[in-house]
Amino acid sequence: MSQTSSSTLAHIRTAGLVLFLIGFAVFIVALTLAHYEISDATFTALDERGTVQDGHRDALYNELRGLSGERFDSVLAFLAQVDGALDRTEATIGYGIGDYYRGEYKTAIAHAAAQGLLPSNVTLFFWLSLGLMIIGGLAAFLPRLGLESPGIKNDGTFFSGIQTKGFAGMALGGVLIGFYVLLYFYPAYITNWIRLADPVSELLRNQPADRWFFYGLLYTIAVLVMGVRMAMQYRHSRYQLVRTGSVMFFQLGFAFLIPAIMVLLNKPNLAYDLKNAWPLDYSLFYDYRIEGYTGSGVLGWLMLVWGVALAFLVVPLFAFFFGKRWYCSWVCGCGGLAETLGDPFRHLSDKRVKAWHAERWIVHGVLVFAVVMTGIVLYSFFTGEQGAVLGAEPWKWRQWYGFGIGSIFAGVVGTGFYPLMGNRVWCRFGCPLAAILGLVQRFKSRFRITTNGGQCISCGNCSTYCEMGIDVRWYAQRGQDVVRASCVGCGICSQVCPRGVLRLEQGDATRRMDEVSFVDLAKGKVEIG
Amino acid sequence: MGENRKHIAIIGNGVAGIGAARHIRKRSDHRITVISDETDHFFSRTALMYIYMGHMTYEHTKPYEDFFWAKNKIDLLRARVEKVDVDARQLALDRPGPNGDSSLAFDDLVIAAGSTSRMFGWPGQDLDGVQGLYSLPDLEAMERHTQGIERAVIVGGGLIGVEMAEMLLSRKIPVTFLVREGSWMSHILPPEESSMICRQLRSHGVDLRLSTEMDRIEGDAAGRVRAVVTKDDEEIPCQFLGLTIGVVPNIDFLDGSGIETERGVMVNDTLETNVPGIYAIGDCAQVREPQPGRRPVEPLWYTGRLMGETVARTICGESSAYDPGIWFNSAKFFDIEYQVYGDIKPDPGDGVESLYWEDPIDAKGRGGEKSIRINFRTDDQTVIGYNVMGIRYRHELCDRWLREGRKLRFVLENLGAANFDPEIYKEHEADLVALYNQRFPDQPITLKRKRGLASLLAVLGRDRRAATRTA
Repeated sequence: MSQTSSSTLAHIRTAGLVLFLIGFAVFIVALTLAHYEISDATFTALDERGTVQDGHRDALYNELRGLSGERFDSVLAFLAQVDGALDRTEATIGYGIGDYYRGEYKTAIAHAAAQGLLPSNVTLFFWLSLGLMIIGGLAAFLPRLGLESPGIKNDGTFFSGIQTKGFAGMALGGVLIGFYVLLYFYPAYITNWIRLADPVSELLRNQPADRWFFYGLLYTIAVLVMGVRMAMQYRHSRYQLVRTGSVMFFQLGFAFLIPAIMVLLNKPNLAYDLKNAWPLDYSLFYDYRIEGYTGSGVLGWLMLVWGVALAFLVVPLFAFFFGKRWYCSWVCGCGGLAETLGDPFRHLSDKRVKAWHAERWIVHGVLVFAVVMTGIVLYSFFTGEQGAVLGAEPWKWRQWYGFGIGSIFAGVVGTGFYPLMGNRVWCRFGCPLAAILGLVQRFKSRFRITTNGGQCISCGNCSTYCEMGIDVRWYAQRGQDVVRASCVGCGICSQVCPRGVLRLEQGDATRRMDEVSFVDLAKGKVEIG
Repeated sequence: MGENRKHIAIIGNGVAGIGAARHIRKRSDHRITVISDETDHFFSRTALMYIYMGHMTYEHTKPYEDFFWAKNKIDLLRARVEKVDVDARQLALDRPGPNGDSSLAFDDLVIAAGSTSRMFGWPGQDLDGVQGLYSLPDLEAMERHTQGIERAVIVGGGLIGVEMAEMLLSRKIPVTFLVREGSWMSHILPPEESSMICRQLRSHGVDLRLSTEMDRIEGDAAGRVRAVVTKDDEEIPCQFLGLTIGVVPNIDFLDGSGIETERGVMVNDTLETNVPGIYAIGDCAQVREPQPGRRPVEPLWYTGRLMGETVARTICGESSAYDPGIWFNSAKFFDIEYQVYGDIKPDPGDGVESLYWEDPIDAKGRGGEKSIRINFRTDDQTVIGYNVMGIRYRHELCDRWLREGRKLRFVLENLGAANFDPEIYKEHEADLVALYNQRFPDQPITLKRKRGLASLLAVLGRDRRAATRTA
């Protein structure tokens, strides 16, 4: 590499970073680039969407008409007025419409009433925000091909504020947490963001984006762009390249494109991620899902049968043969994000024995919660029972689980806490599917991480970079196979080991190596394999 | 056990001393005190470089959480041992110990005091910015000495030197590396591997000066290193000088104690010194009658760990001779990992041949960073050593094959089972077999096994299954 071309590449990287930051700034500012005005067009748009229930429609529209003609420059002021209109609507119809409809209505109204710079130039702003972030990210990562030799690239990790809970890390955590809070609980305030996904949504699905399409698009972009970074980071390792390619493929194809195609084919009841297994996919057995599948012909039935087979046959069987890694670090969407966007934060996982104890209580607790909730939902589906079961109505069980586990744990904490607690908080402490896979892996699986005789020097790189908080060194320095429920088999411990000690492998499930005496090893008295 | 409970004092909390403490605890309820003036807790000395490079913090280098010691009733004492009184069987400390005074009585003593950096007595070696790298204080000094500097020079062709070069380059500090020999580590590595590492150093930007010796060190008015001058009278300006010409046992505090020392503390085959009940292990021990092919002082992580476990057996009543077993070692030179099993000499000598494969360098300059070498005896083709660069091999399997005196044909046919690289990595055993078939075309060999645990089990045979497994 000549001096000139490497300095060119370095400039491209800097430019990429600048472009990314501009794109990010536009993305943030985009939230403010509209004004809100109720007009006839607003009602036409609302009717097209069909969000508003017939029983609420006349009273609500009547109240909204009272706001027409007034221009609101801030979404906050506008939605405060809409809230008032909704209150008055409730008074008129004589009952509350509930938090769910209130949120949906506010989102639909804000979306329909928005005008101005961004709503009139959505494609332009798509490129100025998400487009620049993609191009900038790629420009920042790809030149590493010419600038760095392949090999472990952890220089300066612990000097980086963003990677060690410094000011930048905390700020990033705040942004991520804020994003999830808005996305899950205040979608009405981010309709400008949702709109940014319109160009892609129109292209793929022939309809405007909703918030889940927007989130899916952002998620997929994050996995793909940060997947390129991951590939640069570990390009000396075929295992990491293939694995990263796998999570990128499953995110793009299974989580993003196939559901979009289902919508395009006018089968919204089948627009689900085929690789998402129960109980991670906790709504699989909800009435609307089951009815959606069974009412959609052979394809629907096939998808339902597949969903059941995936959860109860494929998951445990594959976990027996390959450990949980086949799912958690090769296929899963949460895993895919953790292994790409989350990779720079993997060392932040808590390695203490205390954390391990907490992990076992919490993750198995969530599993029990998921099983009980699903059981009650199914009981209710087959018996028609709508009254309290185990102290609460089935819809309440669903709501608690969806709020507590689905939104707060998996989203706000699971991803929002990447820069604070590492990239696998959800997978380690919260995911009920990981709990099932982990039980199989721990008690009956061919998978283990083998340690290479006496070569360990206890340096600690393996433990430091274990995203699941496993103290890998504890095992390696004793010559003991690593057999842990939580190991997702990402293989990074093996990569960062400077002495070639660790290898992920499959073998006889009844023979996994216990502690080795190095005195016996030196005498050739240790049986191997 | 109660009445036989001894107090065992261990000087040094490195891998040897801590290994002894842990294994004594496993086998007994003796009172154990580990004394160190370097750190409160055991840390991995081999990981010092990663702290400087920002891969880890000091906390990450501690192999056990801090609660481990109290839980296992291993007392830790932060103090420097100034004198050992073998008659009174007590230690003199530099500060008050657990008794309130600065003495500590013991029944048995394990000396595991490690090494210090070797210094030749060069003029100027005491200047500011001149140092070796062995201890945590050394690392802290290196942190101070390398702030804002323009160039560093490293002298000495060993492992610590190349680690230091990697450390400095991770901070973008230009490095000139003076090596006395004609190729890097040519006293350990065969010429091909040695030149591979030289290429690696240069491709990472090290200004590698082979066959170059330092003559003297120049300082500035403030007493800080300013330059080094080579024996060819070349002056190389630098603000940091790493002296990495090896380590020597840290035994000065034993002068006059009556414990016999030479280069290190002299020990017999059970690691006992001339004073009964006083043992020495690890870097500071000098074995009176080393096994053939082994050095009397082996400052190595693996040696220290093994000695710790061995001496624990003896102290707990199971007298055990130190048996280092078949030689193995490993290292990493920038991006190239290195593993060796058995007997690999730079010049194999009469009656020994090498089968050597090296990943060829392509037109774009890629490659040349992997190799496999198998040394065997010419007369009966018994394999005596394995040397791999950029490829990982299974320790236990290589060890077993060496122990069993396996012939080259058997080894090559089954070589896939020895490969320990991650899945999906390219396998190169077939290339080595092809080289063999070129060289010995009469009886061509076919590679029978690919990498993987299944291959390993197949080679070992299912009857070898032992009861030491857990589900």
